Amino acid sequence: MRRKISLKPITLLLLLITFVSYGAEGGSSSESGTDKETEIKEYIQHHLQDSYDFTLFSWTTDSGEHKYFGFPLPVIIWDNGLKVFSSSKFHHGEAVAEVGGNYYKVHHSKIYKVDGLNGEIIEDADHHATNEKPLDFSITKNVTMIMMVFLIMFFMFKKMASAYQKNRNLPKGMGRLLEPIVLYIRDDIARPNIGEKNYKRYMSYLLTVFFFVWIVNLFGLTPIGMNVTNNIAVTFCLAIITYLITTFTAKKDYWKHIFWMPGVPVPMKIILAPIELLGTFIKPFSLMIRLYANITAGHIVMMSLIGMMFIFKNWIGTPLSFALAFVIGILELLVAALQAYIFTMLSALYFGSAVEEHDHEAH
Amino acid sequence: MEKLLEEFSLGLFFWQAVLFIALVFLLKKFAWKPILDSVNDREEGIKRALDSAEKAKLEMQNLQADNEKLIKEARAEREAMLKEARDIKNKMIDDAKEEAREEAGKLIAQAQASIETEKKAAITELKSQVANLSIEIAEKVVRDELSNKDKQVKLVESMLGEATLN
Repeated sequence: MRRKISLKPITLLLLLITFVSYGAEGGSSSESGTDKETEIKEYIQHHLQDSYDFTLFSWTTDSGEHKYFGFPLPVIIWDNGLKVFSSSKFHHGEAVAEVGGNYYKVHHSKIYKVDGLNGEIIEDADHHATNEKPLDFSITKNVTMIMMVFLIMFFMFKKMASAYQKNRNLPKGMGRLLEPIVLYIRDDIARPNIGEKNYKRYMSYLLTVFFFVWIVNLFGLTPIGMNVTNNIAVTFCLAIITYLITTFTAKKDYWKHIFWMPGVPVPMKIILAPIELLGTFIKPFSLMIRLYANITAGHIVMMSLIGMMFIFKNWIGTPLSFALAFVIGILELLVAALQAYIFTMLSALYFGSAVEEHDHEAH
Repeated sequence: MEKLLEEFSLGLFFWQAVLFIALVFLLKKFAWKPILDSVNDREEGIKRALDSAEKAKLEMQNLQADNEKLIKEARAEREAMLKEARDIKNKMIDDAKEEAREEAGKLIAQAQASIETEKKAAITELKSQVANLSIEIAEKVVRDELSNKDKQVKLVESMLGEATLN
């Protein structure tokens, strides 16, 4: 009960911060006419994309000049040799950067090679840039965020672990809040889905993926204004790790059930094999898409509703948009935890199917 | 799908993979293993404590049962001892009574025997005294009788008359 009460102010604070941040971002778009709609649309698009510098907020001065508040990040590219330079050279994507005789330009949050200082991005009929793309390992905004979450999680859980050692196996401080979650993942996700015998091997991954996704999702709702899990590369990475763990820890039974399903007639076995094999890819694929789509959709809805406040600009529409955005904000907090839970739960389910020992009489 | 592929950033994938896998292994070593071990230890400890409490309770019950048994046994023993004592007492009393009776009988018999002898002695003495007395009396009578000639003759005659010849 105590814990519930103490959580409330934090929740409220997070929600308020969310609005302040979205409000700040939305507020920068204040031009007249129908331009506003396209501007908001572009702003949302921009918000969803990765960026090479860490901008907390930006605004446009009366003279039309863009101002940014934040700091640049290192750009690391491989283009006939490793090239490292500060993203401030791009001037927030407005300028061409010259590094070692090569010229680079940012287009839709991606680095392209251009001919010279005044080089342009050449687009084909489908608005796809045809310029050469160097291998890009830059520390982007999202990578910075992943690193931050990395450090937060590492020190948070290390501290929690050391508290157990000092305190006769009892949790202390943050551990009291986190222990029920850790135990929930162990007792209600890992144990029933994977089985008493094998669940211990997967605990590290399940716990890490749950807290990683959850914390990253929560950060997505804060004024730092970034959303790591709406990048397909991030969810793809998580999903492929789940797939690899499933595949490499699978027992003989798992493969037998894919390629030669026991208990069905031979023609059915031949038909089932490709379907089952495809299923093993579809499962992690669905994990990837689910997390990506939920978080992306949440951010789009949220920002659209906030954007609508500035389009309506009247006494009915604006408060209504605000109320809707508020409700969606609460929903997003739930979704942040829910998506982490679903990802962990389904991963555990797949691991469970990989190590399950079937009772063949039952078929 | 095309949009997704276009959005895919190899750099981000690379960093996410490196950082996430590093995080899994680091946390496994520094956090999850110690935390889960601690929780396990604690759970085991609680289980053990509960088990030992249960055991202690059982032992307590056993002890109580033992105690009760001991008390019962002791009571039975006391009872038996009392009974034995009572029996011995009764027997002793009976024996004593018997002995006393026997002794008394013996004494009585002895007394009777001595009475008998005394009586006999007394009778004998009495007899002799009576005899002496009679003789004395007879002497006196005779002396007196014989002081008179007639009387002597009479006597001799009566005596002769009594003592018929066989």
